[in-house]
Amino acid sequence: MKRIVTLDTRDLAESAKTGGCGECQTSCQSACKTSCGIANQQCEQEKEN
Amino acid sequence: MIHEYKLNGYNIALDVYSGSVHAVDPLAYDVIGLFEAEPPDEIVRQMLLKYRDDPSIDEQEIRDCISDVALLKTSGKLFAPDPYAGAELPPRKRFVKALCLHVAHACNLNCEYCFASQGRYQGERALMPYEVGVQAIDFLIANSGPHKTLDVDFFGGEPLMNWDVVKRLAAYARGREAESRKRFRFTLTTNGLLVDDDVIEFCNREMYNVVMSLDGRKEVHDRLRRDYADQGSYDRIVPKFQRFAKSRHERGYYVRGTFTHENTDFLQDILHIADLGFTQISMEPMIGSPADPHALTEADLPTLYAQYEQLAQEMLKREKEGRGFTFYHYMIDLAHGPCLVKRLTGCGSGTEYFAVTPQGDLFPCHQFASDPSMKAGDIWNGVTNHELTERFARCNIYAREECQDCWAKLYCSGGCAANAYHATGDITGVYDYGCKLFRKRIECALMIKAAQAQKS
Repeated sequence: MKRIVTLDTRDLAESAKTGGCGECQTSCQSACKTSCGIANQQCEQEKEN
Repeated sequence: MIHEYKLNGYNIALDVYSGSVHAVDPLAYDVIGLFEAEPPDEIVRQMLLKYRDDPSIDEQEIRDCISDVALLKTSGKLFAPDPYAGAELPPRKRFVKALCLHVAHACNLNCEYCFASQGRYQGERALMPYEVGVQAIDFLIANSGPHKTLDVDFFGGEPLMNWDVVKRLAAYARGREAESRKRFRFTLTTNGLLVDDDVIEFCNREMYNVVMSLDGRKEVHDRLRRDYADQGSYDRIVPKFQRFAKSRHERGYYVRGTFTHENTDFLQDILHIADLGFTQISMEPMIGSPADPHALTEADLPTLYAQYEQLAQEMLKREKEGRGFTFYHYMIDLAHGPCLVKRLTGCGSGTEYFAVTPQGDLFPCHQFASDPSMKAGDIWNGVTNHELTERFARCNIYAREECQDCWAKLYCSGGCAANAYHATGDITGVYDYGCKLFRKRIECALMIKAAQAQKS
């Protein structure tokens, strides 16, 4: 598209069908301990694929 | 829901429910903004008027752009609907998968801003006995259901004040991996004073992540991170952290700082940490009562926003120069990030994640561990306060009225329950100040992604 660049993103609607395994790290456990950002977390299933 | 914003020369359109991020030119930015509200002919009229001095934009260009936006809508990448609007989230049985082990309610620093009251959590100084830790590991395995990966954070106070127990507990958990068919992932948070060769060697072998507390410039760090002899700690910890980080090959650690009202120019602290050679950096706003003199204020917000924007610009610049670094809150894995279920259901405190005190009591997370009304049970009898844990289980983005219209909710999953509780008295409230900073950070993070996409 001439005026729109769409970044490569995970299809969230699609992820709802297969997601929810819960293997990912608990949000707060990683580095901050004071906020609940989950954007920087990786999906364990996606990591394996 | 669409969130459009302009930052650092980029025009960005985020489609909230699909998670799609679009870097667009000014015309497309305007067309997306009008698309759902106006018919095509009206959009054309308004755009012809707005861009009348731009010879490259004629009616056909505008109609082509409208067609592209319509195509993205059809493909679910713009104006995607809320998947669970007005409906109950699908029921999901949740198992415990992470513990924050408070191996030491004691600290060898006496930081004024410590949420844990100098590591004691408003109680008596205490170290977790090995037997309590073993029971906690057993509790975790027994209550983890089908989860394969279990997280254990060795936390405090200062966990290195109980180092021998940390090592023995890690060995105990590893020893149970094969028969329980679980895999442990350990993390450790330390102020650095007791880091030595033994700590470094053991952590490099066993710890998935190490969080090293450093607030930045010496004068900033030493202002609040002082020991009981009232001496600053910067000079003692920085060389140790540098050696530690280098030995981890610049992976599996964060240097984590806290900024307060006294250093709203926290970008200088982040850059100082980067200039010390660290590449994995986290810097958190202090969270405390508005009465606390260190607490950030509403008047600080414009400065903080500007600092976050300048940080993003500086990171792009340094990346280009081959000396980039990672800032925890700007890490967004758009292509392989969390699934929608994770984004809707929050951090897992009080359901999948518990803090364990040295006495073996369970709390929904480390930030509740000083509040007896938040006790969920203990590691011998398990969760006994089911009313409490049910409240936490219902704590998702749809439980918070304030989140309904917020474009960032699938990046914060409703925010921190503890911050909400301390700000409003309710775990399903919102800590509005934190939300404002969070939204700014996500805008910056997405801008960085747009800039990197354009470069590639």
